[in-house]
Amino acid sequence: MKNFEPSNEYKPVIGFEIHVELATKSKMFSPAPFNPDETNPNTNIDEIVTAQPGTLPVANKEAIRLAALVGLALNCQIDEWSKFDRKHYFYPDLPKGYQISQYDQPISKNGYLDIEILGDISDVGADLIRQSEEGKMGSSPTGKHIKRIGITRAHLEEDAGKNVHPDGLPYSLVDYNRAGCALLEIVTEPEIESGEEARVFLQELRNIVRYVGASSADMEKGTMRVEPNISVRKPGETTLPKYKVEVKNINSFKFAEAAINYEIARQTEILKEGGIPKQVTMGWNEKQGVTVEQRSKEEANDYRYFPDPDLPVLQFTQEYLSELKRSLPELPSQKRKRFLEEYGLPAIDVENLINWKEMACYFEEVVSEIDEWMTQEQGLDRNQLIKSAANWCLQDFSALLNGSGMNPQESNVVAENLAELMKLIQQGKISSSAAKQVFKVMFEKGGEPSSIVEDLGLHQVSDEGAISSVIDKVVADNPKAVADFKAGAEKSFGFLVGQAMKELKGKGNPSVINDLLRKKMQG
Amino acid sequence: MDFAFLTLTELREKLDKKEVSSVELTKYFLERIKNLDKDYNSFVTVTEEEALKNAKDADDFISSPGENPFLCGIPYAAKDLFCTKGIRTTASSKILDNYIPPYDSTVIKKLKDQKSVLLGKTNLDQFAHGSSTETSAYGPSKNPWDKNRIPGGSSGGSSAAVGTGLSPWALATETGGSIRQPSSLCGISGWKPTYGRVSRYGIIAMGSSLDSPGAMAYSVEDLAHLAEIMSGRDERDSTTGHAPVEEYAKKISADLHGVKIGIPKEYFVEGMEEGVRHRVMEAVKELKKAGAEIVDVSLPNTKYGSLVYAIVAPSEISSNLGRYDGIRYGHTVANGKDLMEVYTKSRAEGFGDEAKRRIMTGTYVLSAGYYDAYYKKAQKVRRLIVNEFAEVFKQVDVLVCPSTPNVAPKLGKAADDPLFGYIADQLNIPGALAGLPALSIPCGFARPSDGETPSMDGLPVGLQIIGPQFGEQKIFNVGFAYQQLTDWHRKHPQI
Repeated sequence: MKNFEPSNEYKPVIGFEIHVELATKSKMFSPAPFNPDETNPNTNIDEIVTAQPGTLPVANKEAIRLAALVGLALNCQIDEWSKFDRKHYFYPDLPKGYQISQYDQPISKNGYLDIEILGDISDVGADLIRQSEEGKMGSSPTGKHIKRIGITRAHLEEDAGKNVHPDGLPYSLVDYNRAGCALLEIVTEPEIESGEEARVFLQELRNIVRYVGASSADMEKGTMRVEPNISVRKPGETTLPKYKVEVKNINSFKFAEAAINYEIARQTEILKEGGIPKQVTMGWNEKQGVTVEQRSKEEANDYRYFPDPDLPVLQFTQEYLSELKRSLPELPSQKRKRFLEEYGLPAIDVENLINWKEMACYFEEVVSEIDEWMTQEQGLDRNQLIKSAANWCLQDFSALLNGSGMNPQESNVVAENLAELMKLIQQGKISSSAAKQVFKVMFEKGGEPSSIVEDLGLHQVSDEGAISSVIDKVVADNPKAVADFKAGAEKSFGFLVGQAMKELKGKGNPSVINDLLRKKMQG
Repeated sequence: MDFAFLTLTELREKLDKKEVSSVELTKYFLERIKNLDKDYNSFVTVTEEEALKNAKDADDFISSPGENPFLCGIPYAAKDLFCTKGIRTTASSKILDNYIPPYDSTVIKKLKDQKSVLLGKTNLDQFAHGSSTETSAYGPSKNPWDKNRIPGGSSGGSSAAVGTGLSPWALATETGGSIRQPSSLCGISGWKPTYGRVSRYGIIAMGSSLDSPGAMAYSVEDLAHLAEIMSGRDERDSTTGHAPVEEYAKKISADLHGVKIGIPKEYFVEGMEEGVRHRVMEAVKELKKAGAEIVDVSLPNTKYGSLVYAIVAPSEISSNLGRYDGIRYGHTVANGKDLMEVYTKSRAEGFGDEAKRRIMTGTYVLSAGYYDAYYKKAQKVRRLIVNEFAEVFKQVDVLVCPSTPNVAPKLGKAADDPLFGYIADQLNIPGALAGLPALSIPCGFARPSDGETPSMDGLPVGLQIIGPQFGEQKIFNVGFAYQQLTDWHRKHPQI
């Protein structure tokens, strides 16, 4: 990888085209199944997908609903009517010689998405301050700055197939499994000004798409594909540069940020040397960490858009749209705000929960179980229970789930049992190391933590009387250590705690042992 | 026994009374095709084996108790634009010469449900681009009344087959005249449905906003039966209408009292043959006899019809033909050196001149910078035409006029004149743009203005009856009334 000098002489201006494959049962215009996991080529196809003569498209109602739902979640304007247009070009992965898309009447337009960014206000530049004056910027509960990114439009279209080029063979193959799948193309305004902003924006967008159930939005599987358009300009400039560079082939958020940072540096260097970057399409090479110029298939194409005569105009009634609005679930930004306010969790924990929709839901189930305990039992610390539940969710539980590729709801650990485990720890009935053992069993086999504790004999001894007599014995048996400690050797105290724990077969409550031993030595 | 030229109603009765079996009927028509079609070239593919098998099935069904569907056991022919599962479907093009569809079009499915018997696929102008069948990659079909003349087009194979008595009826399609004009030139009855009345699913597309699959037969009553069977909403074609299908044949009525018939003056164009005008005005008198009130009306935007069509149809055609790229099916160049060459050579070899002309025109008018000037403007004028018809149908129930300005021209005329189609179809195109239903039925004979013809009486003249959208019943009633009073529809050529 080539290294570029960091520079503040230029700053980037970035817009995104994001394609999201909608989670419908069938394809956008045909009954053929949608299944992004299918690996056998040309399985999810039918006469419509392969554009047999005489076939006609029929628009998928569920795809239209999901597209409108994403539009609403992105604060878009949804007109009472929309239509499909044909976009013409020849390519083997495009069976009809045209793609059904939406040209001048997209399903939604003129929306925005607010993102929280860390950058110091002085770094963010003139644009942002201008936006702030217009009331588009503020600060968030986490102390970050909120920046509003304009959504130009979000339109429905069908996906293309995939060309496959077998190594060393003089032909190419086409797999039409992906052809005709319902795609939502989301286009942003060129208002993103750093790699970090880009990453945060993409994460928030992905969360929204997942929260409304529109797509698995998985970059690695290609159900979410992002293409930034990047150029750089001098700080303070308000017009867009005369060129832009599109980067394709990005399959993770990390790579998006890296590719953008690489492009910023590359373009800055060209400008500093007196050149102007070429308007090209680049591909991200993740192995080398560089962008590489690609041949573009759409150089100066005239797509000859015209309204598809096979598909009637789409009409949305007010009832349909208000019903859709009512069906919108809590969005990530709302959930984030609520988690911060209601649970007092650290911002980083909230962020990690929000970024895993299923875990956030699970965590809330655990919280409601905790609240159930609160009404039944005295002496519990709700805030502490919730904090430790969040920790368990994000650490031990997440690690195990990631290892097996599951969501929490698919695991053996039901929310009620995790809540109970938190209670056992807080009540001192098990040690935290015993809790880890118990949780492992819960994950592998399921079951209530109290009975697992019973089965494994992991009950923690917190009874002061029992511990006190053990301490008496340890003190009597180890006069040298006691003498050393009294002479100032602090580490002898640890030795004595260890001896007591040994007598208690490891089940003693360490804090009780500590307290009693210290009292005894001081007494 | 002679079964040629019998109506469907007559054949139904013979089959139900077991006077003839479906196998006998099918063999009769297959034999007739074998003997005569070398002269008329109305079929591209004859499906003898499947036909006999299906006829046997139909006979089994007929001999079992219960009522028989109207078309059960009756042979038919389908324009080679209807996809037929497992049966070669060419659109009379070279690019689809080897194409065997993996599925049936909706209409073919409905006919299979009736247990009707497909005899074969009929010739047409390549991809339905033409009005004479002379753009077919398999040579032109011939007019049943004069082998030196065209049968019309694009559904000319279907009109020649029915007109020659090779099939009791045939499926056809119309985009701008392709049912009415060949029915008129061959002296048979043709029905062009309301756009969206019959599913387009599985019919190789020409102009998607215009294509209307219909039928050709010997009587309006037969067409009413066929309309009942073929019509209806299809979930696979979003442009089909939700209006319920009426019992057209049952409700058909020859009493025209209270029916207002408009005679649009713009449809009696300059250059129209005198004999044609004559015959049509005689027919109007007959309709008056049946009780109809005759009203003179005017449709001034008629003159823009062919111009609008000349933009809208090629635009849609250029787009619809994009899928014939040599990649998945159809003709592919043998040794393309790269992708571009596979595209350009496959298409250059596979498409005929007329298809290429229309692809170029359509591509041009849809191009950036021209779209607004041509396509968008054409759509606006189309809207005016639609509105003008809607206005006139507030005053009258149907419009009656000639189907074509001329009787059948000689072979070769179309090739000499690239505007031939627009002239031949000028009386059909405005109604097609408005998606209106129409009939063409025989109303006598007229001497051609371009030389001799075997019969002293001349060649068939077609009477056109145009109705409002989804006004199928109205046109069937007027056509039926006329056929009750006259027997022009029972005149057939000496073959």
